[in-house]
Amino acid sequence: MNFETTIGLEVHIELKTNSKMYSPAPVTYGAEPNTETNVIDWGYPGVLPSANKGAYSLGLMVALALHADIAPYTHFDRKNYFYPDNPKAYQITQSETPLAKNGYVEIEVDGKKKRIGIEELHIEEDAGKNTHADDGYSYVDLNRAGTPLVEIVSKPDITSPEEAYQYLEQLRQIVQFTGASDVKMEEGSMRVDSNLSVSPIGASQYGTKTEVKNLNSFNHVRSALAYEQKRQVAMLLSGQKIRQETRRWDEPAKETILMRVKEGADDYRYFPEPDLPPVRVSQEWIDDVAAKLPENPAQRRARYVNDWGIPEYDAGVLTNTKEMSDFFEAVVADGADAKQASNYLMGDVSAFLNAQHKELKDIALTPDHLAKMIKLINDGTISTKIAKKVITQIIKNDVDPEEWVRSKGLVQESDPAVLTPIITAILDDNQQSIDDFHAGKDRALGFLVGQVMKQTHGQANPNVVNQILNAELSKR
Amino acid sequence: MISKEQVAHVAELARLQFSDEKLQEFTGQLDEIMNMVDQLSEVDTDGVPVTTQSVLLENVLRDDVAEKPTSRTTLMKNVPTAKAGLIQVPTIIDKEDD
Repeated sequence: MNFETTIGLEVHIELKTNSKMYSPAPVTYGAEPNTETNVIDWGYPGVLPSANKGAYSLGLMVALALHADIAPYTHFDRKNYFYPDNPKAYQITQSETPLAKNGYVEIEVDGKKKRIGIEELHIEEDAGKNTHADDGYSYVDLNRAGTPLVEIVSKPDITSPEEAYQYLEQLRQIVQFTGASDVKMEEGSMRVDSNLSVSPIGASQYGTKTEVKNLNSFNHVRSALAYEQKRQVAMLLSGQKIRQETRRWDEPAKETILMRVKEGADDYRYFPEPDLPPVRVSQEWIDDVAAKLPENPAQRRARYVNDWGIPEYDAGVLTNTKEMSDFFEAVVADGADAKQASNYLMGDVSAFLNAQHKELKDIALTPDHLAKMIKLINDGTISTKIAKKVITQIIKNDVDPEEWVRSKGLVQESDPAVLTPIITAILDDNQQSIDDFHAGKDRALGFLVGQVMKQTHGQANPNVVNQILNAELSKR
Repeated sequence: MISKEQVAHVAELARLQFSDEKLQEFTGQLDEIMNMVDQLSEVDTDGVPVTTQSVLLENVLRDDVAEKPTSRTTLMKNVPTAKAGLIQVPTIIDKEDD
Protein backbone atom coordinates (compact mmCIF):
# COMPACT_ATOMS: atom_id res chain seq x y z
CA MET A 1 0.00 0.00 0.00
CA ASN A 2 1.22 3.49 -0.76
CA PHE A 3 0.65 6.43 1.52
CA GLU A 4 0.48 10.15 1.19
CA THR A 5 1.67 12.49 3.90
CA THR A 6 0.07 15.68 5.16
CA ILE A 7 2.03 18.08 7.28
CA GLY A 8 0.83 21.13 9.18
CA LEU A 9 3.13 23.71 10.70
CA GLU A 10 2.35 26.30 13.33
CA VAL A 11 5.04 28.91 13.53
CA HIS A 12 5.26 31.43 16.35
CA ILE A 13 7.26 34.54 15.61
CA GLU A 14 8.17 37.20 18.16
CA LEU A 15 7.56 40.66 16.82
CA LYS A 16 10.37 43.15 17.30
CA THR A 17 8.75 45.82 19.45
CA ASN A 18 9.81 48.11 22.27
CA SER A 19 6.92 47.17 24.51
CA LYS A 20 4.67 44.19 25.11
CA MET A 21 1.46 43.33 23.29
CA TYR A 22 -0.99 44.32 25.99
CA SER A 23 1.19 46.19 28.48
CA PRO A 24 3.78 48.97 28.17
CA ALA A 25 6.48 46.90 29.91
CA PRO A 26 9.70 46.74 27.87
CA VAL A 27 10.62 43.78 25.65
CA THR A 28 14.25 42.76 25.88
CA TYR A 29 16.16 39.56 25.45
CA GLY A 30 18.37 38.24 28.23
CA ALA A 31 17.42 40.66 31.03
CA GLU A 32 17.56 39.67 34.71
CA PRO A 33 14.56 37.45 35.57
CA ASN A 34 11.30 39.22 36.33
CA THR A 35 12.74 42.72 35.87
CA GLU A 36 10.94 43.57 32.62
CA THR A 37 7.37 43.06 33.73
CA ASN A 38 4.55 45.06 35.19
CA VAL A 39 1.30 44.47 37.02
CA ILE A 40 -0.57 43.79 33.76
CA ASP A 41 1.82 40.97 32.82
CA TRP A 42 1.36 39.51 36.30
CA GLY A 43 -2.42 39.56 35.91
CA TYR A 44 -3.03 41.67 39.00
CA PRO A 45 -6.67 42.33 39.86
CA GLY A 46 -8.11 45.45 38.31
CA VAL A 47 -5.46 46.00 35.64
CA LEU A 48 -6.55 46.91 32.13
CA PRO A 49 -4.62 45.75 29.07
CA SER A 50 -4.11 48.00 26.03
CA ALA A 51 -3.17 46.75 22.57
CA ASN A 52 0.15 47.80 21.05
CA LYS A 53 -0.44 49.55 17.73
CA GLY A 54 3.18 49.10 16.64
CA ALA A 55 2.93 45.35 17.18
CA TYR A 56 -0.31 45.20 15.22
CA SER A 57 1.35 47.12 12.37
CA LEU A 58 4.24 44.62 12.33
CA GLY A 59 1.68 41.83 12.19
CA LEU A 60 0.09 43.57 9.20
CA MET A 61 3.51 43.83 7.60
CA VAL A 62 4.09 40.09 7.96
CA ALA A 63 0.59 39.46 6.56
CA LEU A 64 1.32 41.64 3.53
CA ALA A 65 4.69 39.95 2.96
CA LEU A 66 2.86 36.60 2.94
CA HIS A 67 0.22 37.85 0.46
CA ALA A 68 -2.57 37.32 2.98
CA ASP A 69 -5.99 39.01 3.07
CA ILE A 70 -6.18 41.35 6.02
CA ALA A 71 -9.30 41.28 8.16
CA PRO A 72 -10.83 44.75 8.16
CA TYR A 73 -12.49 44.27 11.55
CA THR A 74 -11.21 42.02 14.30
CA HIS A 75 -11.52 41.46 18.00
CA PHE A 76 -9.36 39.71 20.56
CA ASP A 77 -10.33 36.50 22.33
CA ARG A 78 -9.45 34.90 25.64
CA LYS A 79 -7.99 31.43 25.57
CA ASN A 80 -8.31 30.01 29.05
CA TYR A 81 -5.75 27.67 30.56
CA PHE A 82 -3.93 27.20 33.83
CA TYR A 83 -0.20 27.19 33.79
CA PRO A 84 2.38 29.00 35.94
CA ASP A 85 3.97 30.77 32.95
CA ASN A 86 0.76 32.75 32.53
CA PRO A 87 -0.52 34.30 35.76
CA LYS A 88 -3.71 35.66 34.15
CA ALA A 89 -4.84 32.07 33.50
CA TYR A 90 -5.71 33.09 29.97
CA GLN A 91 -3.90 34.20 26.85
CA ILE A 92 -5.24 37.10 24.81
CA THR A 93 -5.23 35.94 21.21
CA GLN A 94 -7.31 36.25 18.04
CA SER A 95 -9.34 33.13 17.52
CA GLU A 96 -12.56 34.05 15.74
CA THR A 97 -11.27 36.88 13.58
CA PRO A 98 -7.54 36.45 12.90
CA LEU A 99 -5.43 39.33 11.64
CA ALA A 100 -5.28 37.85 8.13
CA LYS A 101 -6.18 34.75 6.12
CA ASN A 102 -5.22 33.01 2.91
CA GLY A 103 -1.59 33.82 2.40
CA TYR A 104 1.09 31.77 0.74
CA VAL A 105 4.79 31.06 0.56
CA GLU A 106 6.45 29.87 -2.62
CA ILE A 107 8.95 27.04 -2.27
CA GLU A 108 11.13 25.07 -4.63
CA VAL A 109 11.88 21.38 -4.14
CA ASP A 110 13.88 19.41 -6.72
CA GLY A 111 13.58 22.27 -9.19
CA LYS A 112 9.80 22.33 -8.92
CA LYS A 113 8.01 25.41 -7.63
CA LYS A 114 5.09 24.98 -5.29
CA ARG A 115 2.83 27.31 -3.40
CA ILE A 116 2.21 26.47 0.27
CA GLY A 117 -0.94 28.10 1.53
CA ILE A 118 -1.23 29.91 4.82
CA GLU A 119 -4.55 29.33 6.52
CA GLU A 120 -4.35 32.31 8.83
CA LEU A 121 -2.09 34.43 10.96
CA HIS A 122 -3.05 36.01 14.23
CA ILE A 123 -1.65 38.20 16.97
CA GLU A 124 -1.20 36.86 20.47
CA GLU A 125 1.05 37.13 23.50
CA ASP A 126 3.92 34.95 24.59
CA ALA A 127 4.02 33.19 27.96
CA GLY A 128 6.75 33.36 30.59
CA LYS A 129 9.58 30.89 30.82
CA ASN A 130 9.66 27.89 33.15
CA THR A 131 12.80 26.24 34.36
CA HIS A 132 12.49 22.79 35.82
CA ALA A 133 15.00 22.29 38.59
CA ASP A 134 15.86 18.99 40.23
CA ASP A 135 15.06 20.31 43.72
CA GLY A 136 11.40 19.41 43.35
CA TYR A 137 10.31 22.82 42.14
CA SER A 138 9.92 24.71 38.90
CA TYR A 139 10.92 28.36 38.52
CA VAL A 140 9.17 31.06 36.56
CA ASP A 141 10.55 34.13 34.81
CA LEU A 142 7.79 36.37 33.45
CA ASN A 143 10.01 38.67 31.34
CA ARG A 144 8.80 37.00 28.14
CA ALA A 145 5.15 37.05 29.25
CA GLY A 146 3.20 39.38 27.00
CA THR A 147 5.80 39.63 24.23
CA PRO A 148 3.93 40.17 20.94
CA LEU A 149 3.72 37.10 18.74
CA VAL A 150 2.29 36.37 15.36
CA GLU A 151 1.27 32.76 14.83
CA ILE A 152 1.30 31.52 11.26
CA VAL A 153 -0.72 28.41 10.46
CA SER A 154 -0.08 26.55 7.22
CA LYS A 155 -2.73 24.92 5.05
CA PRO A 156 -2.49 21.13 4.58
CA ASP A 157 -0.42 21.65 1.43
CA ILE A 158 2.91 20.36 2.73
CA THR A 159 3.40 16.75 1.69
CA SER A 160 6.99 15.92 2.64
CA PRO A 161 9.55 16.73 5.35
CA GLU A 162 11.70 18.44 2.70
CA GLU A 163 8.80 20.72 1.71
CA ALA A 164 8.32 21.54 5.39
CA TYR A 165 12.00 22.48 5.62
CA GLN A 166 11.82 24.68 2.52
CA TYR A 167 8.62 26.32 3.74
CA LEU A 168 10.23 27.23 7.04
CA GLU A 169 13.38 28.50 5.33
CA GLN A 170 11.37 30.72 2.97
CA LEU A 171 9.08 31.91 5.74
CA ARG A 172 12.07 32.83 7.90
CA GLN A 173 13.69 34.72 5.03
CA ILE A 174 10.55 36.62 4.08
CA VAL A 175 9.80 37.66 7.65
CA GLN A 176 13.42 38.55 8.35
CA PHE A 177 13.55 40.88 5.36
CA THR A 178 10.47 42.75 6.58
CA GLY A 179 12.38 43.57 9.76
CA ALA A 180 9.30 42.63 11.83
CA SER A 181 11.22 39.95 13.73
CA ASP A 182 14.73 38.56 14.22
CA VAL A 183 13.28 35.09 13.50
CA LYS A 184 16.07 33.29 15.35
CA MET A 185 15.30 29.71 16.38
CA GLU A 186 18.25 29.71 18.79
CA GLU A 187 16.93 32.75 20.65
CA GLY A 188 13.34 31.55 20.53
CA SER A 189 12.10 34.41 18.36
CA MET A 190 10.88 31.73 15.92
CA ARG A 191 9.34 28.50 17.21
CA VAL A 192 7.82 25.64 15.29
CA ASP A 193 5.18 23.08 16.21
CA SER A 194 4.47 20.47 13.60
CA ASN A 195 1.92 17.79 12.97
CA LEU A 196 1.89 14.95 10.48
CA SER A 197 -0.52 12.32 9.31
CA VAL A 198 -0.37 9.65 6.65
CA SER A 199 -3.25 8.07 4.77
CA PRO A 200 -3.54 5.56 1.91
CA ILE A 201 -3.29 7.37 -1.44
CA GLY A 202 -6.73 8.39 -2.59
CA ALA A 203 -8.33 8.16 0.86
CA SER A 204 -11.06 10.73 1.40
CA GLN A 205 -10.00 11.58 4.93
CA TYR A 206 -6.74 12.60 6.52
CA GLY A 207 -5.15 10.08 8.84
CA THR A 208 -4.86 10.62 12.58
CA LYS A 209 -2.18 13.17 13.19
CA THR A 210 0.58 13.28 15.74
CA GLU A 211 2.17 16.44 16.97
CA VAL A 212 5.90 16.95 17.45
CA LYS A 213 7.18 19.62 19.80
CA ASN A 214 10.55 20.88 21.07
CA LEU A 215 11.97 21.41 17.61
CA ASN A 216 15.02 23.62 17.91
CA SER A 217 16.12 23.90 14.30
CA PHE A 218 14.74 23.46 10.80
CA ASN A 219 16.93 20.36 10.47
CA HIS A 220 15.30 18.87 13.54
CA VAL A 221 11.86 19.60 12.07
CA ARG A 222 12.82 17.78 8.88
CA SER A 223 14.35 14.82 10.74
CA ALA A 224 11.45 14.54 13.19
CA LEU A 225 8.85 14.64 10.41
CA ALA A 226 10.75 12.04 8.36
CA TYR A 227 10.88 9.81 11.45
CA GLU A 228 7.15 10.25 12.14
CA GLN A 229 6.31 9.54 8.52
CA LYS A 230 8.20 6.24 8.64
CA ARG A 231 6.88 5.30 12.07
CA GLN A 232 3.25 5.90 11.11
CA VAL A 233 3.49 4.04 7.82
CA ALA A 234 5.12 1.07 9.58
CA MET A 235 2.36 1.06 12.21
CA LEU A 236 -0.42 1.18 9.63
CA LEU A 237 1.19 -1.57 7.55
CA SER A 238 1.36 -3.82 10.59
CA GLY A 239 -2.32 -3.21 11.24
CA GLN A 240 -1.93 -0.85 14.19
CA LYS A 241 -3.86 2.34 14.74
CA ILE A 242 -2.27 5.78 15.10
CA ARG A 243 -3.15 7.49 18.36
CA GLN A 244 -3.55 11.22 18.60
CA GLU A 245 -0.53 12.10 20.66
CA THR A 246 2.14 14.66 21.30
CA ARG A 247 5.72 13.56 20.83
CA ARG A 248 9.04 15.27 21.13
CA TRP A 249 12.18 14.99 19.03
CA ASP A 250 15.16 13.42 20.75
CA GLU A 251 18.10 14.63 18.68
CA PRO A 252 20.84 12.35 20.13
CA ALA A 253 18.64 9.27 19.67
CA LYS A 254 17.29 10.53 16.32
CA GLU A 255 13.76 9.53 17.19
CA THR A 256 10.49 10.97 18.42
CA ILE A 257 9.42 10.08 21.94
CA LEU A 258 5.90 10.01 23.31
CA MET A 259 5.12 12.94 25.60
CA ARG A 260 1.41 12.34 26.16
CA VAL A 261 -1.67 10.92 24.53
CA LYS A 262 -4.34 13.44 23.72
CA GLU A 263 -7.72 12.54 25.12
CA GLY A 264 -10.51 14.57 23.64
CA ALA A 265 -10.21 18.00 22.13
CA ASP A 266 -8.50 20.79 24.02
CA ASP A 267 -11.02 22.85 25.90
CA TYR A 268 -9.91 26.45 26.05
CA ARG A 269 -13.36 28.02 26.42
CA TYR A 270 -12.61 30.93 24.11
CA PHE A 271 -14.70 34.04 24.44
CA PRO A 272 -14.32 37.62 23.17
CA GLU A 273 -11.89 39.62 25.29
CA PRO A 274 -14.02 42.13 27.20
CA ASP A 275 -11.08 44.36 28.19
CA LEU A 276 -10.03 45.27 24.65
CA PRO A 277 -12.24 47.00 22.09
CA PRO A 278 -12.21 45.61 18.54
CA VAL A 279 -9.71 46.80 15.96
CA ARG A 280 -10.79 48.29 12.66
CA VAL A 281 -8.02 48.19 10.08
CA SER A 282 -8.54 51.00 7.57
CA GLN A 283 -7.22 50.91 4.02
CA GLU A 284 -5.16 53.94 5.02
CA TRP A 285 -3.46 51.93 7.77
CA ILE A 286 -2.75 49.07 5.37
CA ASP A 287 -1.37 51.48 2.75
CA ASP A 288 0.84 53.06 5.37
CA VAL A 289 2.30 49.67 6.34
CA ALA A 290 2.60 48.61 2.68
CA ALA A 291 4.60 51.77 1.95
CA LYS A 292 7.10 50.77 4.64
CA LEU A 293 7.33 47.14 3.49
CA PRO A 294 10.93 46.60 2.40
CA GLU A 295 11.96 44.73 -0.72
CA ASN A 296 11.53 40.98 -0.23
CA PRO A 297 14.34 38.46 -0.84
CA ALA A 298 12.96 37.42 -4.23
CA GLN A 299 12.93 41.04 -5.40
CA ARG A 300 16.49 41.50 -4.17
CA ARG A 301 17.62 38.35 -5.96
CA ALA A 302 16.04 39.54 -9.20
CA ARG A 303 17.81 42.89 -8.88
CA TYR A 304 21.19 41.23 -8.24
CA VAL A 305 20.78 39.00 -11.28
CA ASN A 306 19.33 41.56 -13.67
CA ASP A 307 21.09 44.76 -12.67
CA TRP A 308 24.36 43.50 -11.34
CA GLY A 309 24.95 40.33 -13.37
CA ILE A 310 25.24 38.06 -10.34
CA PRO A 311 24.58 34.36 -11.10
CA GLU A 312 21.24 33.11 -9.78
CA TYR A 313 22.79 30.65 -7.34
CA ASP A 314 25.04 33.33 -5.87
CA ALA A 315 22.12 35.75 -5.55
CA GLY A 316 20.32 33.02 -3.59
CA VAL A 317 23.22 32.60 -1.18
CA LEU A 318 23.62 36.34 -0.72
CA THR A 319 19.95 36.76 0.19
CA ASN A 320 19.90 33.84 2.59
CA THR A 321 20.05 36.28 5.46
CA LYS A 322 19.15 39.95 5.56
CA GLU A 323 22.45 40.61 7.30
CA MET A 324 24.49 39.23 4.39
CA SER A 325 22.29 40.89 1.78
CA ASP A 326 22.50 44.28 3.50
CA PHE A 327 26.27 43.91 3.85
CA PHE A 328 26.66 43.04 0.18
CA GLU A 329 24.60 46.05 -0.87
CA ALA A 330 26.63 48.31 1.41
CA VAL A 331 29.87 47.12 -0.25
CA VAL A 332 28.42 47.85 -3.67
CA ALA A 333 27.15 51.23 -2.46
CA ASP A 334 30.72 51.99 -1.39
CA GLY A 335 31.70 51.72 -5.03
CA ALA A 336 32.89 48.12 -5.30
CA ASP A 337 32.18 45.94 -8.30
CA ALA A 338 29.18 43.74 -7.42
CA LYS A 339 30.66 40.52 -8.81
CA GLN A 340 33.94 40.94 -6.97
CA ALA A 341 32.11 41.86 -3.76
CA SER A 342 29.91 38.78 -4.16
CA ASN A 343 32.91 36.52 -4.78
CA TYR A 344 34.74 37.63 -1.65
CA LEU A 345 31.61 37.42 0.51
CA MET A 346 30.68 33.96 -0.76
CA GLY A 347 34.27 32.74 -0.73
CA ASP A 348 36.71 33.90 1.93
CA VAL A 349 34.19 35.61 4.19
CA SER A 350 31.61 32.79 4.26
CA ALA A 351 34.35 30.19 4.72
CA PHE A 352 35.60 32.07 7.76
CA LEU A 353 32.10 32.50 9.20
CA ASN A 354 31.30 28.83 8.76
CA ALA A 355 34.59 27.65 10.21
CA GLN A 356 34.27 29.91 13.24
CA HIS A 357 30.48 29.52 13.63
CA LYS A 358 30.15 33.27 13.60
CA GLU A 359 27.85 35.82 12.02
CA LEU A 360 28.84 38.90 10.05
CA LYS A 361 28.10 41.14 13.00
CA ASP A 362 30.62 39.23 15.12
CA ILE A 363 33.63 39.88 12.89
CA ALA A 364 35.72 42.98 12.25
CA LEU A 365 35.00 43.22 8.53
CA THR A 366 33.15 46.33 7.40
CA PRO A 367 31.59 47.00 3.99
CA ASP A 368 33.90 50.00 3.65
CA HIS A 369 37.04 47.90 4.15
CA LEU A 370 35.95 45.26 1.67
CA ALA A 371 35.09 47.93 -0.91
CA LYS A 372 38.49 49.56 -0.36
CA MET A 373 40.30 46.28 -0.83
CA ILE A 374 38.49 45.65 -4.11
CA LYS A 375 39.46 49.12 -5.23
CA LEU A 376 43.11 48.35 -4.41
CA ILE A 377 42.94 45.28 -6.65
CA ASN A 378 41.33 47.16 -9.51
CA ASP A 379 43.72 50.11 -9.49
CA GLY A 380 46.68 47.71 -9.53
CA THR A 381 47.89 48.53 -6.01
CA ILE A 382 47.67 44.89 -4.98
CA SER A 383 47.45 41.58 -6.82
CA THR A 384 44.64 39.13 -6.21
CA LYS A 385 47.24 36.95 -4.55
CA ILE A 386 48.07 39.68 -2.03
CA ALA A 387 44.33 40.34 -1.69
CA LYS A 388 44.04 36.87 -0.13
CA LYS A 389 46.30 38.07 2.68
CA VAL A 390 44.43 41.36 2.96
CA ILE A 391 40.99 39.77 3.22
CA THR A 392 42.14 37.46 6.02
CA GLN A 393 43.51 40.49 7.81
CA ILE A 394 40.44 42.73 7.46
CA ILE A 395 38.09 39.90 8.47
CA LYS A 396 39.92 39.49 11.75
CA ASN A 397 41.05 43.03 12.52
CA ASP A 398 39.63 46.49 12.17
CA VAL A 399 42.43 47.78 9.96
CA ASP A 400 42.31 49.99 6.90
CA PRO A 401 43.34 47.74 3.99
CA GLU A 402 45.36 50.42 2.20
CA GLU A 403 47.31 51.42 5.31
CA TRP A 404 47.91 47.77 6.08
CA VAL A 405 49.33 46.82 2.66
CA ARG A 406 51.54 49.92 2.67
CA SER A 407 52.83 49.23 6.19
CA LYS A 408 53.57 45.61 5.25
CA GLY A 409 55.23 46.59 1.98
CA LEU A 410 52.76 44.55 -0.02
CA VAL A 411 52.04 47.19 -2.61
CA GLN A 412 52.43 45.84 -6.09
CA GLU A 413 55.28 47.16 -8.24
CA SER A 414 53.74 48.50 -11.43
CA ASP A 415 56.33 51.09 -12.45
CA PRO A 416 57.93 50.14 -15.84
CA ALA A 417 60.97 52.22 -14.92
CA VAL A 418 61.60 49.85 -12.01
CA LEU A 419 60.55 46.63 -13.72
CA THR A 420 62.22 47.04 -17.15
CA PRO A 421 65.84 46.83 -15.92
CA ILE A 422 65.02 43.71 -13.87
CA ILE A 423 63.36 42.08 -16.87
CA THR A 424 66.15 42.91 -19.33
CA ALA A 425 68.71 41.51 -16.87
CA ILE A 426 66.75 38.26 -16.59
CA LEU A 427 66.47 38.02 -20.37
CA ASP A 428 70.22 38.53 -20.69
CA ASP A 429 70.76 35.53 -18.41
CA ASN A 430 68.22 33.24 -20.13
CA GLN A 431 68.96 33.06 -23.85
CA GLN A 432 67.60 29.49 -23.94
CA SER A 433 64.15 30.66 -22.83
CA ILE A 434 64.16 33.39 -25.46
CA ASP A 435 64.91 30.78 -28.11
CA ASP A 436 62.23 28.48 -26.74
CA PHE A 437 59.73 31.34 -26.74
CA HIS A 438 60.42 32.12 -30.40
CA ALA A 439 60.11 28.42 -31.13
CA GLY A 440 56.54 28.65 -29.86
CA LYS A 441 56.98 27.18 -26.40
CA ASP A 442 54.56 29.03 -24.14
CA ARG A 443 56.10 27.52 -21.07
CA ALA A 444 59.15 29.69 -21.60
CA LEU A 445 57.12 32.84 -20.97
CA GLY A 446 55.76 31.37 -17.77
CA PHE A 447 59.26 30.58 -16.64
CA LEU A 448 60.42 34.14 -17.32
CA VAL A 449 57.47 35.66 -15.44
CA GLY A 450 58.29 33.35 -12.57
CA GLN A 451 61.86 34.62 -12.52
CA VAL A 452 60.66 38.23 -12.35
CA MET A 453 58.31 37.37 -9.50
CA LYS A 454 61.12 35.64 -7.64
CA GLN A 455 63.39 38.65 -8.00
CA THR A 456 60.66 41.07 -6.88
CA HIS A 457 59.45 38.82 -4.02
CA GLY A 458 56.09 38.47 -5.70
CA GLN A 459 55.39 42.17 -5.75
CA ALA A 460 55.64 42.83 -9.47
CA ASN A 461 52.33 43.55 -11.17
CA PRO A 462 51.87 40.49 -13.43
CA ASN A 463 50.04 42.48 -16.11
CA VAL A 464 52.81 45.04 -16.38
CA VAL A 465 55.47 42.31 -16.32
CA ASN A 466 53.72 40.50 -19.18
CA GLN A 467 53.51 43.67 -21.25
CA ILE A 468 57.20 44.54 -20.80
CA LEU A 469 58.30 40.94 -21.33
CA ASN A 470 56.38 40.66 -24.58
CA ALA A 471 57.74 43.95 -25.81
CA GLU A 472 61.34 43.03 -24.90
CA LEU A 473 61.04 39.52 -26.35
CA SER A 474 59.86 40.87 -29.67
CA LYS A 475 63.06 42.95 -29.83
CA ARG A 476 65.33 39.94 -29.33
CA MET B 1 -30.24 20.04 31.65
CA ILE B 2 -26.67 20.35 32.79
CA SER B 3 -25.04 17.06 33.74
CA LYS B 4 -22.81 16.08 36.63
CA GLU B 5 -20.15 15.14 34.10
CA GLN B 6 -20.19 18.64 32.60
CA VAL B 7 -19.79 20.22 36.01
CA ALA B 8 -16.97 17.82 36.87
CA HIS B 9 -15.27 18.68 33.57
CA VAL B 10 -15.48 22.43 34.16
CA ALA B 11 -14.20 21.91 37.71
CA GLU B 12 -11.25 19.97 36.35
CA LEU B 13 -10.46 22.74 33.86
CA ALA B 14 -10.67 25.28 36.66
CA ARG B 15 -8.45 23.09 38.85
CA LEU B 16 -11.18 22.84 41.49
CA GLN B 17 -11.67 19.81 43.70
CA PHE B 18 -14.71 19.00 45.80
CA SER B 19 -16.67 16.04 47.13
CA ASP B 20 -19.33 14.07 45.26
CA GLU B 21 -21.91 15.52 47.56
CA LYS B 22 -20.88 19.04 46.55
CA LEU B 23 -20.84 18.06 42.90
CA GLN B 24 -24.50 17.06 43.22
CA GLU B 25 -25.30 20.35 44.93
CA PHE B 26 -23.37 22.51 42.39
CA THR B 27 -24.96 20.69 39.47
CA GLY B 28 -28.38 21.64 40.74
CA GLN B 29 -27.32 25.23 41.36
CA LEU B 30 -25.64 25.59 37.97
CA ASP B 31 -28.69 24.13 36.30
CA GLU B 32 -30.83 26.84 37.86
CA ILE B 33 -28.36 29.50 36.73
CA MET B 34 -28.34 28.12 33.19
CA ASN B 35 -32.13 28.15 33.14
CA MET B 36 -32.13 31.76 34.22
CA VAL B 37 -29.62 32.75 31.57
CA ASP B 38 -31.60 30.77 29.05
CA GLN B 39 -34.44 33.24 29.40
CA LEU B 40 -32.35 35.50 27.17
CA SER B 41 -33.11 33.22 24.25
CA GLU B 42 -36.73 34.38 24.47
CA VAL B 43 -35.67 37.80 23.18
CA ASP B 44 -36.18 38.18 19.44
CA THR B 45 -32.70 38.94 18.05
CA ASP B 46 -33.50 38.56 14.36
CA GLY B 47 -31.74 41.31 12.46
CA VAL B 48 -29.56 42.30 15.42
CA PRO B 49 -25.89 42.10 14.43
CA VAL B 50 -23.57 39.87 16.46
CA THR B 51 -21.55 41.87 18.91
CA THR B 52 -18.46 40.99 20.90
CA GLN B 53 -18.48 43.92 23.25
CA SER B 54 -20.68 46.10 25.42
CA VAL B 55 -18.91 49.45 24.97
CA LEU B 56 -19.07 51.02 21.55
CA LEU B 57 -15.38 51.72 21.18
CA GLU B 58 -12.87 50.61 18.61
CA ASN B 59 -9.15 51.08 17.94
CA VAL B 60 -8.18 51.94 21.47
CA LEU B 61 -4.53 51.33 20.74
CA ARG B 62 -1.32 52.34 22.45
CA ASP B 63 1.84 53.52 20.66
CA ASP B 64 4.75 51.11 20.93
CA VAL B 65 6.59 52.97 23.66
CA ALA B 66 8.11 51.09 26.58
CA GLU B 67 7.49 52.36 30.07
CA LYS B 68 9.42 51.58 33.21
CA PRO B 69 8.52 48.13 34.50
CA THR B 70 7.14 47.55 37.97
CA SER B 71 10.02 46.87 40.33
CA ARG B 72 10.73 43.23 40.97
CA THR B 73 10.94 43.83 44.71
CA THR B 74 7.39 45.19 44.69
CA LEU B 75 6.03 42.38 42.53
CA MET B 76 7.78 39.72 44.59
CA LYS B 77 5.96 40.84 47.74
CA ASN B 78 3.04 38.67 46.64
CA VAL B 79 5.23 35.70 45.75
CA PRO B 80 5.26 33.07 48.51
CA THR B 81 8.73 31.78 47.62
CA ALA B 82 11.29 33.17 45.21
CA LYS B 83 14.81 32.10 44.37
CA ALA B 84 17.38 34.12 42.43
CA GLY B 85 14.66 36.45 41.19
CA LEU B 86 12.52 33.55 39.95
CA ILE B 87 9.08 32.56 41.19
CA GLN B 88 9.12 29.14 42.82
CA VAL B 89 6.19 26.88 41.92
CA PRO B 90 5.43 23.17 42.35
CA THR B 91 7.19 21.03 39.75
CA ILE B 92 5.56 21.18 36.38
CA ILE B 93 5.77 17.77 34.82
CA ASP B 94 3.95 18.16 31.60
CA LYS B 95 3.01 21.28 29.78
CA GLU B 96 -0.49 21.58 28.42
CA ASP B 97 -0.76 23.10 24.99
CA ASP B 98 0.34 26.67 24.60
